[in-house]
Amino acid sequence: MKTEKDEILGYLMEVMDPEVPALSIMDLGIVRDVEVSGQDLEVTITPTYSGCPAMKTIQDEIISTLKSHGFNNVLIRTVFSPVWTTTWLSDEARGKLKDYGIAPPAKSEAEEFIPLMINTDQVSCPYCDSGDTVLRSRFGSTACKALYFCNSCKEPFEYFKRF
Amino acid sequence: MNDNEDNLNTALFNFLLGLGDDRLILGHRLSEWSGHAPVIEEDIALSNIALDCLGQANAFLQYAAEVEARGRSEDDLAFFRDAIEFKNFQITELPIGDFAFTMARQFFFTSYSFILFGELQKSRQAKLAAIAAKALKEVRYHLRHSAEWVLRLGDGTEESHVRMQHAIDELWMYTGEMFLDEGTRRILIEEGYVPEGRKLKPLWEERIAEVLSRATLIIPLEEEYMAKGGRKGIHTEYLGHLLSEMQILARSYPGAKW
Repeated sequence: MKTEKDEILGYLMEVMDPEVPALSIMDLGIVRDVEVSGQDLEVTITPTYSGCPAMKTIQDEIISTLKSHGFNNVLIRTVFSPVWTTTWLSDEARGKLKDYGIAPPAKSEAEEFIPLMINTDQVSCPYCDSGDTVLRSRFGSTACKALYFCNSCKEPFEYFKRF
Repeated sequence: MNDNEDNLNTALFNFLLGLGDDRLILGHRLSEWSGHAPVIEEDIALSNIALDCLGQANAFLQYAAEVEARGRSEDDLAFFRDAIEFKNFQITELPIGDFAFTMARQFFFTSYSFILFGELQKSRQAKLAAIAAKALKEVRYHLRHSAEWVLRLGDGTEESHVRMQHAIDELWMYTGEMFLDEGTRRILIEEGYVPEGRKLKPLWEERIAEVLSRATLIIPLEEEYMAKGGRKGIHTEYLGHLLSEMQILARSYPGAKW
């Protein structure tokens, strides 16, 4: 049976990440919990990166989306633990990223001691699937992405960093 | 609240302020590279790292404001304190210098953050542990970024080697205060909230020695004079200038909104 909580989690699938609009905040694992008590809702979220400038927009969107479904008293709580990780991205979410032109993250977290001068990520081009790609910059247009170049189809592309 | 709890709260507030201020000030310095870095990839990298620093500063200052419980917000702490009330280490406030200087500072400070957060994520204080665990994941990327530049420049051309060695030598005297167990920190150490600074030092030295020797750089002598006082509000002349730029908008238009 579908509970009220499931219904609310369904509404939250409508809230897309403003910086990676291919994914919802549910796909990304930003929403950690929803508590319902009568007319009051408490939505617990966690930031992807601590400086993620989209967090404010995401909070506003959660409130306005739930309001449009009739919930007027929404409180948002931010937690840091457990720490957000790209391993929470489902296969479906990874597929959506690739379709959007962003190479999805490898399925493991980054190493504790990231080795110097060696790239341990194996990244395939989201356009032509070639594995012959090269890292251009570890930092990209947002905190969660790195810049790559595909030697096969000669297209630059972004990689969602494992984190 | 009894006296012991009061002391513990004050100690925690001071500690959080220090952590927040380090990252706020360093983040501001890094943002000065926006539009000025030698290549566009570095412009993006430094802006990204600056953003992570600000995010971490926000988390620590928000928590500090909560602990203080005097109605101040993280923004009040950032924009409405004067230099003498800032608790950041002096190393974070020094001007950006050349690219080698910025990278050497990043390397020294980030190596320290990496080791500190590694210990702090085991803190008995759950919220402090959670913020540290989060920040640590970001710091891993920052550490690789700066360490690789120390390697590239140190073991690069004659010019880049000279500049990197010069930066290391200039910054060395500002590294000592990162490991002092001053003031109210003792109370937190006894509570199992924070690690002892003096125990972090050998771990830090080991990590930087590894990279510096690989980069053909010379580690300055241990017994050199060390600056200190950041955590007590004693700063170089540079902090006031930085604050005047960082705080002018908030002070000219208090309560301004986007």
